[in-house]
Amino acid sequence: MAAAEGQEDSGSYVLHHLTNLKLNLQTMKIDPQAHGFWVINLDSVFFAILLGVVFLLFFARVARKANAGVPTGVENFVEMCVEFVQGRVHDIYPNANSLVAPLGLTVGMWVLLMNFMDILPIDWLPWVAEHKLGLPNLRVVPSTDINVTFGLSLSVFVLIYIFNFAYKGPIGLAKEFLTHPFFVKSGPLVVLNVLLMPVNVVLRLVEDIAKPVSLALRLFGNLFAGELIFVLIAVFGSNAFSHGIGGFVGFGIFGALIQFLWAGFHLLVIPLQAFVFMVLTIVYLSAAATSHSEEH
Amino acid sequence: MDLNATLIVQSFTFLVFVALMWRFLWPPILGAMQTRQAKIAEGLSAAERGEKALKDAANKSEGELKAARAQAQEIIGAANKQSAQLLEKAKADAEAEKARILAAGRSEAEREIAQAKEALRKQVGDLAVAAATKILKREIDAKAHADVLSELAAQV
Repeated sequence: MAAAEGQEDSGSYVLHHLTNLKLNLQTMKIDPQAHGFWVINLDSVFFAILLGVVFLLFFARVARKANAGVPTGVENFVEMCVEFVQGRVHDIYPNANSLVAPLGLTVGMWVLLMNFMDILPIDWLPWVAEHKLGLPNLRVVPSTDINVTFGLSLSVFVLIYIFNFAYKGPIGLAKEFLTHPFFVKSGPLVVLNVLLMPVNVVLRLVEDIAKPVSLALRLFGNLFAGELIFVLIAVFGSNAFSHGIGGFVGFGIFGALIQFLWAGFHLLVIPLQAFVFMVLTIVYLSAAATSHSEEH
Repeated sequence: MDLNATLIVQSFTFLVFVALMWRFLWPPILGAMQTRQAKIAEGLSAAERGEKALKDAANKSEGELKAARAQAQEIIGAANKQSAQLLEKAKADAEAEKARILAAGRSEAEREIAQAKEALRKQVGDLAVAAATKILKREIDAKAHADVLSELAAQV
């Protein structure tokens, strides 16, 4: 599959595959070298939105004809997804408000679809983009773009704070910030609280910031590593036609076999990461909605 | 690899998708599922009720059948008894009738015998008178000796 790239040296091939189709917002030009904040990765955005819309339309089709009769094919699948997410939400966060389960379903399905783009042979769509559409670069897996994963986790972060405010109020939240986890309830050591409060605030900030960062980096890391290994195996296979029959068997067939095995392994990583992202989102939101003082 | 405005686009898109899901797609699907769940639960409980009713009816019918059988047995017993009584009575009646008929026949026969005896006595008396008349010729007047003759006849 990497045969077309066989002439290039492997370094630039790898780099080519890891570069987004960038649109510089200041000059409004597609520029692979663009950097800075005001750049949009058109490929990530395009595939992310495309997959999201496909998923929403698929659900909308079912939602439009949803009825209490006997469910068939697609309805069964959709209802299974809904029930699965609803079940997870119910386990983690029994009195969740109505936003949590749909949010979990959306994030889970969307990440799953974005991850599944990784299974497409890595050169198919980039080749089409380069030779038929004249685009310099194309990355087809949105979840290997750190902007996409951070975009998701930042939205989750914002929702965590909205939940915090909605359920605890500013005063409750401030109290939690200042008195959790270290707090002297009574006795002569109460004065120590003055010293403990800054510690609490710092700990809480670290804890809260760690949530979106770990969420985004976990997904990004897993998928990026997976894609990179696909690219490296493709580089390995690209030697297939330059070393005679031995090279064809050694690099080509063996490379294809490894690619296949890695794809098989990756099939486990893809849903797992989507599931982890979904469950952690639900966990964070449920933690934001329950106050720490209730747990004690 | 650097962070850029894609972040904002992605965050925004995500929130839009979640909002669409939350407001427009989730409620009808979940509603349909819950309605179906309620329907199934209702159906199951109805089936259970029906089964119970069936069982009750079977029990009841069996009890009634048993009662009817017992009653039939009773009726048959009573009928047997009654028929036996009737038979007994008929037999007794017949016996009485037989006795009556026999008695009537016997008394009739006795009466006829008595009549016959009477007639015979008369005839013997007449015969004796005739014989005596023939013997005595005109010496004896039948009228004058009637009491002697009837005494004679009574002695025959």
